[in-house]
Amino acid sequence: MRTDLAVIGAGPAGLAAALAAAARGVRVTLVDAGPEAGGQFYRQPAAGLGARRPGALHHQWRTWKRLREGLDRHIAAGRIVHLADHHVWCVERRSGHAPGDFAVHALLGPEQNEPAVVRATAVLLATGGYERVLPFPGWTLPGVVTAGGAQAMLKGGLVVPGQRVVVAGTGPLLLPVATGLAAAGTTVAALVESADPRLLARQARGLAAEPGKAVEAAGYGVRLLRHRVRVLVRHTVVEAHGTGRLTGVTVASLDADGRVRAGTGRRIPCDSLAVGHGMLPHTELAETLGCRVDGGRVHVDEEQRTDVPGVWAAGEATGVGGAGLALAEGHLAGRSIAARLTGARPDEHGGKRAAASRAALRRFADALDHAYPPRAHWAEQVTDETVVCRCEEVRAGAVREAVRDLGAGDPRTVKLLTRAGMGWCQGRMCGPAVAGVAGCPETVTRRPFARPVPLGVLAREPGEGQV
Amino acid sequence: MSERLTCDVVVVGAGMVGAACALYAARAGLDVALVDRGPVAGGTTGAGEGNLLVSDKEPGPELQLALFSLGLWAELAKELGPAVEYEAKGGVVVAAAPEGLTALGDFAAGQRAAGVTTVEVAADRLHDVEPYLAPGLAGGVLYPQDCQVMPALAAAHLVRASGARLLSGRTVTEVLRTPRGTVLGVRTDRGVIHAPAVVNAAGTWGGELAATAGVRLPVLPRRGFVLVTEPLPRRVRHKVYAADYVADVASDSAALHTSPVVEGTAAGPVLIGASRERVGFDRSFSLPAVRALAAGATRLFPFLERVRAMRSYLGFRPYLPDHLPAIGADPRVPGLFHACGHEGAGIGLAPGTGHLIARLLSGGVPELDLAPFRPERFEREAR
Repeated sequence: MRTDLAVIGAGPAGLAAALAAAARGVRVTLVDAGPEAGGQFYRQPAAGLGARRPGALHHQWRTWKRLREGLDRHIAAGRIVHLADHHVWCVERRSGHAPGDFAVHALLGPEQNEPAVVRATAVLLATGGYERVLPFPGWTLPGVVTAGGAQAMLKGGLVVPGQRVVVAGTGPLLLPVATGLAAAGTTVAALVESADPRLLARQARGLAAEPGKAVEAAGYGVRLLRHRVRVLVRHTVVEAHGTGRLTGVTVASLDADGRVRAGTGRRIPCDSLAVGHGMLPHTELAETLGCRVDGGRVHVDEEQRTDVPGVWAAGEATGVGGAGLALAEGHLAGRSIAARLTGARPDEHGGKRAAASRAALRRFADALDHAYPPRAHWAEQVTDETVVCRCEEVRAGAVREAVRDLGAGDPRTVKLLTRAGMGWCQGRMCGPAVAGVAGCPETVTRRPFARPVPLGVLAREPGEGQV
Repeated sequence: MSERLTCDVVVVGAGMVGAACALYAARAGLDVALVDRGPVAGGTTGAGEGNLLVSDKEPGPELQLALFSLGLWAELAKELGPAVEYEAKGGVVVAAAPEGLTALGDFAAGQRAAGVTTVEVAADRLHDVEPYLAPGLAGGVLYPQDCQVMPALAAAHLVRASGARLLSGRTVTEVLRTPRGTVLGVRTDRGVIHAPAVVNAAGTWGGELAATAGVRLPVLPRRGFVLVTEPLPRRVRHKVYAADYVADVASDSAALHTSPVVEGTAAGPVLIGASRERVGFDRSFSLPAVRALAAGATRLFPFLERVRAMRSYLGFRPYLPDHLPAIGADPRVPGLFHACGHEGAGIGLAPGTGHLIARLLSGGVPELDLAPFRPERFEREAR
């Protein structure tokens, strides 16, 4: 299949870009891993579940409906092709071909055995983000889920992870997760946030850039009160307990440096723990294409262009900032692509509102980043017996030994000497954890395959019939 | 931060070869500092498969060094234990067509005369040796002496066993010399290290280090990709490759060559090599190169079709124009020793190289004739 623009990811950024580009005459192919458009943010209950009010779990339901209707209209008009269940493993810049010749290589889900290839003149990477996972003793027990995972279960399956849940970690995601779980009838035993609320107050100026968000946050607060959820700030979960299944957690208070205060631990019984430590951008496809990645984010200019000609990026991949920011970035990217594909410059006036919205939302996101830093000294709680890399079952003690006795001083050498990060997730999950336990800064890991690909698929150069 | 250090010998490069030089020099009673701009095994060592091979070497000096090294590897493996994942698994070279099998048979006969153990495997017996091989191959040769280690672990454990001072994250900027040209030590970005002897074990970057001592050593990078599959139960028992691999290794062409080299590992994943191309230090991913690897591997082992590649990594083999390493004292700079340019065979050749260098450093007579490895042998061609 050939197209002008391949959009990778059908979340807020990808949808906004696809609609903006299609409205300006660009032929768009929207390539997405999900069975439905919407991404994680607008995740829908499966049709078979017969949800009567799916909107109850979503804010910005109206925005979603507008996007969905726009998408349907463009699909009906033949301007957008939506390829669902397409799992992209590599975007290739075809050297030796004309400039602006990209091949998007995907596997058809859910089995992911059969290949599909989309050839495109331009590519937009709207690959989103994923949750940062930090280990602590007991985190691998059944019953411990990520905060985003709990939310996805709620939104997509209308199920809750347990009867009595503790929501813990840090970041703005914890609030909607806790209120969502409470509204679904789960007892939320506590919301445990490691950040200091004074940091939030200090960011008042940046946060004021988005007054609507403050109202939203206040709404969560009211709902937490209504459900009598205990909120513990400057606290952390130091251990999850249970044999074979989670039965409770120990939480403790933190001092100003983020260290656990001795003697403050107390036990909270629960059968589920939803834990989140913020989001990280998905950057593999950009890295393999050779795009500049700074501090874990794909670098883009004012038009959302990467430094590789023909490749744009928008949304969480360029820095985590939420759905609103992703929509603004996607819209600006779509306008830029439509103009640049015809050799023109984007009409700056028309994009003014989106650009202003992007600027305000970025300030807001930066303020949140400062208000919810990952807890300092978290690695001190990780005992030597704690598994840090689940795929390869590498314990913290082995990582520390590699640093202490074998001369490893960077994540790559730790990986080579311990196998941490060599398994199925390729360090996507355990990367931050391993670097933290090793006491070295995280470095960019090259992952040429964004997901595992069968050798039989890899071996066959796609024939012209497929492209 | 600047400090002054003094020792008997500075080994530059904490890869496999540098680790072996440090180990045997220390065991010869020398005070050794091992310096690397990165961590242990941060260069080609960390990007290799850990092959200890005789099967791919024609009779000659490299094969003699390989046989000598294999003996030392067996001792080291006993000493270091299971941590280095040493496996005496043996290699199997297969030929697809009768002509290839004849050539392979002749090659093996030459190796046998040079002291290599070879076992011819007829077409109908290939599946006893490797049950999952593709049908219809013409035959093969089994090399029981071929082994494998996990190279990064091996290098790290060798460094630890050596007791040498490991100075990682420190870049050598110059080999220091007296006005008469004799080695004084090295200058690093964090101070000077004084020593009467310097060993260049900088691998692919050995040419750059030699240049700081004012001598030419034409080490060039030859890029290779390795594909790594999901972990599997053991299905590939040996290191298995096609007979054309040997021709590719010996080739001087800059273009992309791939010949399938397939092996299981102790940890479960199957490793697939070997591509060779001369593209400088280009670290960009090449889908055509890994496609060729996947195609070659699935031809040898059809079951791999459904097995997933998890990742791919690349490295730069240190390659000298005549495909032999530079090992020995450099007559142009008294006190400078070279131990680099082992191309794709550095892990296998490392203990032998380290042992020979240690002999030279301590004034002994090396066990092998080092004439073919003379580091100054490229002088004439340069003029």
